[in-house]
Amino acid sequence: MAYSDKVIDHYENPRNVGTLDKQDPNVGTGLVGAPACGDVMRLQLKITDEGIIEDAKFKTFGCGSAIASSSLVTEWVKGKTVDEAMTISNKDVARELALPPVKIHCSVLAEDAIKAAIEDFKKKREARQNKA
Amino acid sequence: MKLPIYMDNHATTPMDPRVLEAMMPYLREDFGNAASRNHAFGWKAEAAVEQARKQVAALLGASDKEIVFTSGATESDNLAIKGVVEFYKDKGDHIITLKTEHKAVLDTCKRLERIRQERLDELKQMRLGQLTGAPVSRDNLAELSIKHDLDNDPVYRQWAELPTGGARVTYLEVEKDGRIDLKKLEAAMTDKTILVSIMLANNEIGTVQPIAEIGKLCRQKGILFHCDAVQGIGKVPFNVEQMNVDLASISAHKMYGPKGVGALYVRRKPRVRIAPIIDGGGHERGMRSGTLNVASIVGFGKAAEIARQEMADEAGRLLRLREKLRKGITEQLDMVTVNGSLEHRLPGNLNISFAYVEGEALMMAIKDVAVSSGSACTSASLEPSYVLRACGVEEELAHSSIRFGLGRFNTEEEVDFVIKLMVDKVNRLREMSPLYEMAKEGIDLKSIEWTAH
Repeated sequence: MAYSDKVIDHYENPRNVGTLDKQDPNVGTGLVGAPACGDVMRLQLKITDEGIIEDAKFKTFGCGSAIASSSLVTEWVKGKTVDEAMTISNKDVARELALPPVKIHCSVLAEDAIKAAIEDFKKKREARQNKA
Repeated sequence: MKLPIYMDNHATTPMDPRVLEAMMPYLREDFGNAASRNHAFGWKAEAAVEQARKQVAALLGASDKEIVFTSGATESDNLAIKGVVEFYKDKGDHIITLKTEHKAVLDTCKRLERIRQERLDELKQMRLGQLTGAPVSRDNLAELSIKHDLDNDPVYRQWAELPTGGARVTYLEVEKDGRIDLKKLEAAMTDKTILVSIMLANNEIGTVQPIAEIGKLCRQKGILFHCDAVQGIGKVPFNVEQMNVDLASISAHKMYGPKGVGALYVRRKPRVRIAPIIDGGGHERGMRSGTLNVASIVGFGKAAEIARQEMADEAGRLLRLREKLRKGITEQLDMVTVNGSLEHRLPGNLNISFAYVEGEALMMAIKDVAVSSGSACTSASLEPSYVLRACGVEEELAHSSIRFGLGRFNTEEEVDFVIKLMVDKVNRLREMSPLYEMAKEGIDLKSIEWTAH
């Protein structure tokens, strides 16, 4: 399968690979996919109290498209507000990377990972507020 | 050393220069049709084909009269299975094969099952028409069949026993190491079984089946034995006489010959009959019509001769290289598993799962070496390999598998390069893998509720 140059670039030089501290109240973690399906994406976002995404890290088990999709969204979400990040759709990812049809689900996973990470952050914040 | 390195010799092999040299005259001045009986061009072509037939027969331990040239092993498998089912339909309609066979066998069997089912449905429609006195459509066939208890209807049951042109098929499980359990094979045999089709060596995991024992059992029971020998022939011992094989499929391009030519061995004593699937000029004793592909057949013959002469030495060399590759990888990386039996295995095959790394991503990372992913991710389907699944390999590991196929032209220097490349790239991808990180932290991945998609 011939991949676009952008997929290959992200695959060979992935941006923001790594791990943020899960215990940090400002870090939201999204873990989506399943090992049995051949792809698991973990996206972590560090979000300020004002709701600005100041850092993003990912780790992905999956094909080249899955790695490229997660690498791309870490670039995109940095500096955005939570509300802006929520508007990123899988179509944007698929278009930017020119994913072949059989790999569209990798972009869906990337969108899901953003939403899951933000949801996790919001849950943590609510728990904190309830305690206070 | 030239990059990229080719280590996908199960898919196809490069042509041996000696093969190409043998073919050249038949692509140029000696271009005659082997069926032209009335001039020198035809005679020369025919003589070349008959020479090749002897060379191919010798590799199988067969007589040259038992070799039918085809377009390749897919056609040979189709001809063997459909040919036997058609010819022996009055004797029975049951076939036994393995879940790990090549698609050329499995899909042929599935088509025969569909044909049988369609004929049975037609018979049901007819019988229900008689019983209800009105035409029966396909839509309410199942419902009416139950209502009128067709399974216990003596007339329908009698019809259903008539030859349908299709077949019933048993797809046997294999053991964890990819090998067949002979007791299960024997238990699956019935008085309607006309054919057992089992491969010599598996194309993904290199597992070599106990062909002589299978042949012995089939002979005792009076069942024909077809062996898809494509991957194993010329690499491990194979002899149709000693092993009681009745039909065998082989292909030139898996043994350093040209693509587009293969053969089916069809036993003469005791005689095995098959119905042709291609009709026409009656070439190949009526079993496979079509003008013979003379130059390729000549190349096939030469390839078979080389394989026969060099097999013993080459097998030893490949085994040394394979073991070097296996040890190099498994000693430097944790959480890797070799799939398939190590003992009963093609010398050049290594199928290996790298836990927590996805096969296709790994193939992208090692683009300097041509291998095949154990998972079928590069094709249109995203399903992991059915062969690995049939051997009980878990889905996540089946997604993480790579097949190395070493061949005649691979060198030790290449193996050294590949070991280093694999270790580097697997480590790099594992650094990027959330699963590897979690496993290292001691998290049980099975305890997590994954979001399947």
